[in-house]
Amino acid sequence: MEVLQSYLGHLIKVLPQLLTGAVLTVKITSLSVFFGILIGLIMALGKLSKNPLLKIPAVIYVDFIRGTPLFVQILLFYYGIPGLILSITGETFKIEPMLAAVVVCSINSGAYVAEIFRAGIQSIERGQMEAARSLGMTHNQAMRYVILPQAFKRIVPPLGNEFIVLLKDTSLLAVIGVEELTRKGQLYVASTFASFPTYIGVALVYLVMTLTISRLVNWTERRLGVSDRRE
Amino acid sequence: MIVVNNLYKSFGSLQVLKGINEHIKPQEVVCVIGPSGSGKSTFLRCLNLLETPTSGEIIIDGKSITDPKNDINKIREEVGMVFQRFNLFPHMTALENITLAPMKVRGLSKEEAVERAKELLAKVGLTDKADVYPDSLSGGQQQRVAIARALAMRPKIMLFDEPTSALDPEMVGEVLAVMKDLAREGMTMVVVTHEMGFAREVGDRVLFMDEGLIVEQGTPAEIFNNAQNERTKAFLSKIL
Repeated sequence: MEVLQSYLGHLIKVLPQLLTGAVLTVKITSLSVFFGILIGLIMALGKLSKNPLLKIPAVIYVDFIRGTPLFVQILLFYYGIPGLILSITGETFKIEPMLAAVVVCSINSGAYVAEIFRAGIQSIERGQMEAARSLGMTHNQAMRYVILPQAFKRIVPPLGNEFIVLLKDTSLLAVIGVEELTRKGQLYVASTFASFPTYIGVALVYLVMTLTISRLVNWTERRLGVSDRRE
Repeated sequence: MIVVNNLYKSFGSLQVLKGINEHIKPQEVVCVIGPSGSGKSTFLRCLNLLETPTSGEIIIDGKSITDPKNDINKIREEVGMVFQRFNLFPHMTALENITLAPMKVRGLSKEEAVERAKELLAKVGLTDKADVYPDSLSGGQQQRVAIARALAMRPKIMLFDEPTSALDPEMVGEVLAVMKDLAREGMTMVVVTHEMGFAREVGDRVLFMDEGLIVEQGTPAEIFNNAQNERTKAFLSKIL
């Protein structure tokens, strides 16, 4: 009973700090999803392009990012690149942890989003492109007005899933000192040793966020389904 | 209007068109018949470059479309196409399906495009379906919207790729009626079809294709009543 009371006490004490961390987690995730979608769309179109100058870089990018752990990408970008610059130019170069966080997460997310977009675009029947082209539309017009709007609808569920995965993976940013949710928990544990209540608290805050996102995604999916329903 | 010289098309090692020569005059309604796999759909799809010919020349309204210097998008504006499976845009209402290309390609204002679309919906008998999504339309209705969509570009030529083959039998008539009206108004039409009644009644000329060649051609009366080629006779005896 005493243990429980002490745990509850810690939980109540740490919660405000966790929520501050959670705000940062959401910020990093949202920015990264936003840039990730932009990068992903460009890379998906690159991968689908017949032009090797567009296609090959896109393929290499997606393969490299999806084939290496995010944790390693964070270390490489935050420690590796300044190290490289130091040995070439002899000057110290420091990247802001927050900036590094958004850049790495955007680049990471972009590769997964690219695959989601590519699959979504390819799932649209060939006849749609043919109908649009037969009306005199250019390839780009057909993509913009006919293919992408339909593809977007189909990629909402996997995109939401990617959003959730990224949100959880931002916990890895604790390693470079970004004070997001997990890092806040670590800091509290470091001074109090109350690891169980703190990390339970951290887990619950993640859970609340991921459940909220998945509900939002479901709702968006239903909203977008208007034209798929019979009256 | 359409001149085809020595058209060849291969998919990998499969030769689908083996030297097509054809001359279609303005306002002519040409029906293309033949067994499946004879290359008739491929021939039609070459006419607006949905398939790129392996060799040969196609001239539409005086412009060579097989010449890479010419802008295929410009030429496609003048050539409407109706597909077997309709290919309406499912995320748009019937009206939006019809107004999209005139606005984005021809540069019409929204008002002009909507007015034109409403006229065309009235023409195909679907005034009351303007705001309905394709999923809520029957096959016959979808195909009539698809015809209106193609006509909204005011094309000089209309291509029909088995327009009634995916329809339930009771809906074939409504689509053929719209096509008959169009033929009567003087539209130049190339129709790949299995509807021999339509070919006989509306066609000015019938082409019989087999194994990648136009084996025989003539007026509907010549083809249906007095075919000369053995393969034409064999085909017609199976389906008539």
